[in-house]
Amino acid sequence: MEKKIVGSFHIRGGDFKNAGAAASEFKSILTKLALTPDLVRRAAIATFEAEMNVIIHAIAGVMYYEILPDHLIITIDDMGPGIPDIALAMQEGYSTAPDWIREMGWGAGMGLPNMKKNADTFKVETVVGEGTTVEIIVNFKEGLYDL
Amino acid sequence: MTFRDVVNSLSLDLKTSKGDLDRKITGCYVSDLLSDVMANANEGNLWITLQTHPNIVAVAALKNLTAIILTNKRIPEKDTIEKAEKESLPIASSKLSTFEIGGLLYQRLRC
Repeated sequence: MEKKIVGSFHIRGGDFKNAGAAASEFKSILTKLALTPDLVRRAAIATFEAEMNVIIHAIAGVMYYEILPDHLIITIDDMGPGIPDIALAMQEGYSTAPDWIREMGWGAGMGLPNMKKNADTFKVETVVGEGTTVEIIVNFKEGLYDL
Repeated sequence: MTFRDVVNSLSLDLKTSKGDLDRKITGCYVSDLLSDVMANANEGNLWITLQTHPNIVAVAALKNLTAIILTNKRIPEKDTIEKAEKESLPIASSKLSTFEIGGLLYQRLRC
């Protein structure tokens, strides 16, 4: 069987106090595996943005990760409002975040675009009124890692 | 240039007690949008912002930034200082505006 490292983080909607906690822990896992700084950076940014989207928009969510020798998969499954128009949500600058969140410097409409930019494969599945699932895959182009 | 040099030369008010003041600054990034900082700041940069809440520490830690300067007499929230001490990230305040601090640092860092 192929070697892999799996795990998950639970994220609560509205929990701004712990924003970045999942991304930070995931980053330290990747750093310990000695992934290149560029891979760590890309995965950490994508994870932080995904975590923020759950905190800003959803009631709760779970972030699952799978690290394989040649790529990693991050899946964020939330109980949120869903996205009525994914193409619009993918547009840089478009946001549905309320004013008080924008005043904190979030809700600039860069979350999904930042995730996409840092992913090799990026998928969004959503049902309005039920929730959204985002899948981010980052490939290890420089070769296989010994997990 | 290190953050210690910046604190001294711009008479910044250091708000944290832990953190490495002697790390070399690789440049500077100015923004109040956290996703913008995540996308565009580089490792080792100094971050100039008006935001004072704890999430700035999480973003700075994730991007491995050198330190944060708050402008226009803004001071970090209590939770922000606590988190910054935990992450060993220095934060300092300035009476100057973002434009003034940015201008002064641009002259010092571009060479």
